[in-house]
Amino acid sequence: MSLLDYIFRNSKQAKGTASIAKERLQIIVSHERTTRSGPDYLPMLQRELIEVITKYVDIDQDQVKVELERSGNFSILELNIMLPDEATVE
Amino acid sequence: MAKIIVITSGKGGVGKTTTSAAFAAGLALRGFKTVVIDFDIGLRNLDLIMGCERRVVYDFVNVIRGESNLKQALIKDKRIDNLYILPASQTRDKDALTLEGVEKVFDELNPEFDYIVCDSPAGIERGAYLAMYFADTAIVVTNPEVSSVRDSDRMLGILASKSRRSEQKLEPIKEHLLLTRYATSRVERGDMLSVDDVLEILAIPLLGVIPESQAVLRASNSGVPVTMDPESDAGQAYLDAVGRFLGEDIPYRFIKPVKRTFLQRIFGAKEGAAA
Repeated sequence: MSLLDYIFRNSKQAKGTASIAKERLQIIVSHERTTRSGPDYLPMLQRELIEVITKYVDIDQDQVKVELERSGNFSILELNIMLPDEATVE
Repeated sequence: MAKIIVITSGKGGVGKTTTSAAFAAGLALRGFKTVVIDFDIGLRNLDLIMGCERRVVYDFVNVIRGESNLKQALIKDKRIDNLYILPASQTRDKDALTLEGVEKVFDELNPEFDYIVCDSPAGIERGAYLAMYFADTAIVVTNPEVSSVRDSDRMLGILASKSRRSEQKLEPIKEHLLLTRYATSRVERGDMLSVDDVLEILAIPLLGVIPESQAVLRASNSGVPVTMDPESDAGQAYLDAVGRFLGEDIPYRFIKPVKRTFLQRIFGAKEGAAA
């Protein structure tokens, strides 16, 4: 590394990587906190939904995802169900 | 009634055992009768850090199983009065620790001691769970680094929802942040999260900042809690943290880079030497 590189290295990296770390952490930590502090009824809701759906369609238990996401002053209840290739209606 | 302190972090290698040894020794130096317990069943190491590895006869699991009594298993520190160590077992039996067993040992320690310091293993498995379950206070040891901060946040969630205090709807565990391996020069360069950054993310009160220091390795090499080296920067920072824990108002040190003179720079004076 030349002397010039050495001198200018500091100014180039002036922002440093700490700010990237902080930003990434703020996002992931706040995301993980919302899933963690999700309402207690979520697992029960998920179970009952699966029961209802299995009455009509033969689905795999782990193909159902229930997530509650909060952003600002509203929440989104996201229900994601993977149906089998040929849904068998009973 | 003893106060139960858990030293926890989630992530491994951030300095839990170093902190447990330093903090327990610091409390004992202040005259409080203190016992420090190694919860890392299978990977006993607190004994080495405390320098009593050759005096271990019985351990925590022996006491729980009734193979020895508590008095036989407790190791009295030879250097500091009021300081006792309860070593972990080296058994590979994952279920050796039980909630009832831990409670029984705590009940017995309770009237005898002022402080019970629990050195938690890394992770969020049984050992870590039992180390924090009965705690009144938690010291969350964190490095200024992404994975450590994230794991600490995870641990805070567990403290708030899985502990005895949360289950019995008692006053929640009191949380403290201890930031370790802090390198002021790297923070200054913008390459390390600052105290304020970490505080902003974790949002719990700061107990202390321990500088990255050669004194820590020196202390563990010789089996001496770093608080017994009051000349060292890390020793001083830990002693400050103990003082703050006891309610004293102590200004923070070692969070600003040490100004080095031109000559010191040239001759490579050590970074993070006692300021």
